[in-house]
Amino acid sequence: MTIIDPTDAIPAPRSGDAEKTGPLLEVRDLHVEFQTREGLVKAVNGVNYSVDSGETLAVLGESGSGKSVTAQAIMGILDMPPARIPQGEILFHGRDMLKMSGEERRKLRGARIAMIFQDALSSLNPVLSVGYQLGEMFRVHQGLSRKEAKVKAIELMDRVKIPAAAARVNDYPHQFSGGMRQRIMIAMALALEPDLIIADEPTTALDVTVQAQVMDLLAELQREYQMGLILITHDLGVVADVADKIAVMYAGRIVETAPVHELYKRPAHPYTRGLLDSIPRLDQKGQDLYAIKGLPPNLLKVPSGCAFNPRCEKAQDICRTELPPLVPVTERDGTELPGRASACHFWKETIHG
Amino acid sequence: MAELTKADEPTDATPNVSDVEVADVHSEEEAVAALDAHVDRGEPILQVRNLVKHFPLTQGIVVKRQIGAVKAVDGISFDLYQGETLGIVGESGCGKSTVAKLLMNLERATAGEIFYKGQDITRLSGRALKAVRRNIQMIFQDPYTSLNPRMTVGDIIGEPFDIHPEAAPKGDRRRKVQELLDVVGLNPEYINRYPHQFSGGQRQRIGIARGLALNPEVIICDEPVSALDVSVQAQVINLMERLQNEFNLSYIFIAHDLSIVRHISDRVGVMYLGKMAEIGTDEQIYDHPTHPYTQALLSAVPVPDPDAREHRERIILTGDVPSPANPPSGCRFRTRCWKAQDRCAEEMPLLAVPERFKGSDSPAAHESACHFAEEKDVVHAA
Amino acid sequence: MSEKTIERPTTDEAALAKEIEAEEKAAARQASLLKDGWADLRKRPMFLVTAFVIVCLLALAIAPSLFTSRSPFSDGFCQLQNSMNGPSSGHLFGFDVQGCDIYTRTVYGTRNSIVVGVVTTIATTLIGGLLGMLAGLVGGWLDALLSRITEVFSALPLIIGGLLIMSIWRTGDVWSVSFIMAILGWPQVFRIMRGEVISNKYNDYVMAARALGAGSGRIAFRHILPNTLAPVIVITTMNLGVYIAAEAALSYLGIGIQYPNISWGLMISDAQDRFLTSPHALLFPAGALSLTVLAFIMLGDVVRDAFDPKMR
Repeated sequence: MTIIDPTDAIPAPRSGDAEKTGPLLEVRDLHVEFQTREGLVKAVNGVNYSVDSGETLAVLGESGSGKSVTAQAIMGILDMPPARIPQGEILFHGRDMLKMSGEERRKLRGARIAMIFQDALSSLNPVLSVGYQLGEMFRVHQGLSRKEAKVKAIELMDRVKIPAAAARVNDYPHQFSGGMRQRIMIAMALALEPDLIIADEPTTALDVTVQAQVMDLLAELQREYQMGLILITHDLGVVADVADKIAVMYAGRIVETAPVHELYKRPAHPYTRGLLDSIPRLDQKGQDLYAIKGLPPNLLKVPSGCAFNPRCEKAQDICRTELPPLVPVTERDGTELPGRASACHFWKETIHG
Repeated sequence: MAELTKADEPTDATPNVSDVEVADVHSEEEAVAALDAHVDRGEPILQVRNLVKHFPLTQGIVVKRQIGAVKAVDGISFDLYQGETLGIVGESGCGKSTVAKLLMNLERATAGEIFYKGQDITRLSGRALKAVRRNIQMIFQDPYTSLNPRMTVGDIIGEPFDIHPEAAPKGDRRRKVQELLDVVGLNPEYINRYPHQFSGGQRQRIGIARGLALNPEVIICDEPVSALDVSVQAQVINLMERLQNEFNLSYIFIAHDLSIVRHISDRVGVMYLGKMAEIGTDEQIYDHPTHPYTQALLSAVPVPDPDAREHRERIILTGDVPSPANPPSGCRFRTRCWKAQDRCAEEMPLLAVPERFKGSDSPAAHESACHFAEEKDVVHAA
Repeated sequence: MSEKTIERPTTDEAALAKEIEAEEKAAARQASLLKDGWADLRKRPMFLVTAFVIVCLLALAIAPSLFTSRSPFSDGFCQLQNSMNGPSSGHLFGFDVQGCDIYTRTVYGTRNSIVVGVVTTIATTLIGGLLGMLAGLVGGWLDALLSRITEVFSALPLIIGGLLIMSIWRTGDVWSVSFIMAILGWPQVFRIMRGEVISNKYNDYVMAARALGAGSGRIAFRHILPNTLAPVIVITTMNLGVYIAAEAALSYLGIGIQYPNISWGLMISDAQDRFLTSPHALLFPAGALSLTVLAFIMLGDVVRDAFDPKMR
């Protein structure tokens, strides 16, 4: 165990943060590629997004969209190689994390930025009690004794509403249900009161009634601690429930960003529109479902021009040749729509009909 | 697709609804109710009566002792009619996948009967079982594990013909396989490819083609789209609907995604801990649920409408599903139910139209296994 | 793309035909996992090197007379006056204690090593594979019984097992040594096969075949067996080298191949006493043994890299 400089270990006070020069986290023109046997996979191709304290950004995308890879790059947990970050910046409190030393990043991880994974069972060590694993954060980052760490662990378990926390602190992960394990993961992420939490499909593996409990808990804790939250998901329902703003990813790029209410009312990208139209409704029996034709893109061979063009009904020749930039979306009369952007040559036709 | 019309029924599959057996079932209150509800649809193609599956829990290596049983399915009854889709929803561990395996005879039922056209198939074996299998087929959840990676698509879809040579003359098989590929929207030239060369959605289409090969009447779909990307789910759902119309198929559609189940199903059954909590038409279940569990389940579904999040009522259940090895006494849902009273622990509620709705025309008058059933619309609560 | 597909409302594949056709070129090469592995193997330099060495060894084993004009079994092959003479022209490896040409004996020893390796590998694969498959497929009491028997055999160390069997049945030819090693070696293949069968048995595609009404023979040979082959191939290749080394070890200890048969292990054993004065008598057979074992183990290694799905 390394001794950690206490100034680093204690999270900086959130108000009047001296280093704060912009958003809490800003990703700029991030690229990630993987060297595989089949060739170079460009998983992320120039992603830009930002999150502020107390804000929830939902990153929406299907498999292969690059949403999880972006998150892993932010956390600094990509396996490099095979992964490579040829360009881009990840600014946390204004400082580029990609330029930090390994040691500096390690101190940020867990303490200032924490991550919640989809599969809580495999993210917890099966041979250690949950109390020990929760306490580990305090022992490593704050140098607490075993006893003190255990008290803190029980406190945390109480905070994520695990019943009879004091009695269960010595139980092992397999003795908890899926929902309870995910709560333990949340407790672990919260342990050091980080500024930013990245949740990668946190409820996908859970049943719907448990999913609601866990999402509620996460949202409540986020409000309480004024954390930034990046929620990575493919579930349009979950996004609508908790997000403030949304970034839709497709083939390693952001194709649309918008505040949550705007996106569902008036999507400005054909892919987003297609996704919204292709999910069945709970409150009424629909007619035929709209189906986006074709297959999700193969990252080894991303189509030229707009990656969505082979599946797009609006596609013209320009879509096949020219990559559409992510441009601000405005009202018909040119009034700005804050936070809205679309990477479609025909965004006007898409949003304004 | 006239070529795919079924050959003559196997002789041993002739309807022989033994009056004695059915009379037995009639004595069960829930069965009566189940039969009463759908008198107008003619004979059901599949009748499930008090189906039970207990997996024994054993201890000891040399001498195995049974120390208990996981009651995965504990007395379920429902009917399936020609050309309809019956959705079965529930959370993990509720026994819905076990129901699928029991219907397919991949697991032997501990008790109860499954009548296919009047013939109990739970005790069949050998030739008679094989004959029934021609008529009841299955689509699996995971398109990555349900296709043998060492067989070509042609071999996979053609395998049903190898097993049932009477279904297609030998020289005809390749053409039939290509026809099936075409039916599910795949290029018939893909016949010599291997599964790993396809994406998830395409693989699921291959699985569907295999299920269709013997031209079955009933297809059991166990979470057929839950492993697929959102944009591909709609394609597969539309395909399944089109095939249903084209071949007059009956589906049992098992899923945990309530929105998809509503979209595709004519009737829906809600399962909880090995029992059916509520069953009715999609409108009855989704718009007029009377069982507290259904209401909680529906209210927990995240709706893709951010405006709904402020004023939608959420029933957040506490706790987790109890273990099916040791289910609660009386009503199985009572440990998580906000309405639970002493009666719920003592008396198991039967699946029947609740007393207060009997004889009413209201859509709330459908079978619900709750002592305190009352209507509550949680989906349109806005 | 046929016209038929376009008619169908959900045949979106039609639009993607081009994209798929492009992918097809890449995909056509790798039709299945086995072919995939083979394609991968051919690209590895290590495979080419080891394969070359093994081909040479096989040539030596099959036709030793092509590589040397002498025959170790002819009269007058060993001349005592040459005893322990070092390498010279015409006798590149020198002579051993008996005055026999070491080069010729090494060349002829290749056959015994390879035969023992191959025969043992085939025997262990057949016994272990068949029993493992049976245990995995049938399960229940048969599985329990076979697994216990396996444990008994694998509890016997090779040396002790060899000593025991040799003391009863001491012919000391290639076949008896192969027999001993096969008897002691099959449990390893058994365990791998049984594990693979059991893990494949519960796969959805086996379930799907059962749902179609497939019989147990069809399920075993069409669905389970082909999916267990890759790991068995890997272990088999690696074992070849291991068995060759084990034969040498047994022969060295005097419980393997016996005179008048030729074995590298035996040659090493004979030469060890005079190693300081005439090292050549030990170094040449030892070198041949090392090269052979290394070649097979390296081959097993590259084969595993190419076939093991976890490595992909």
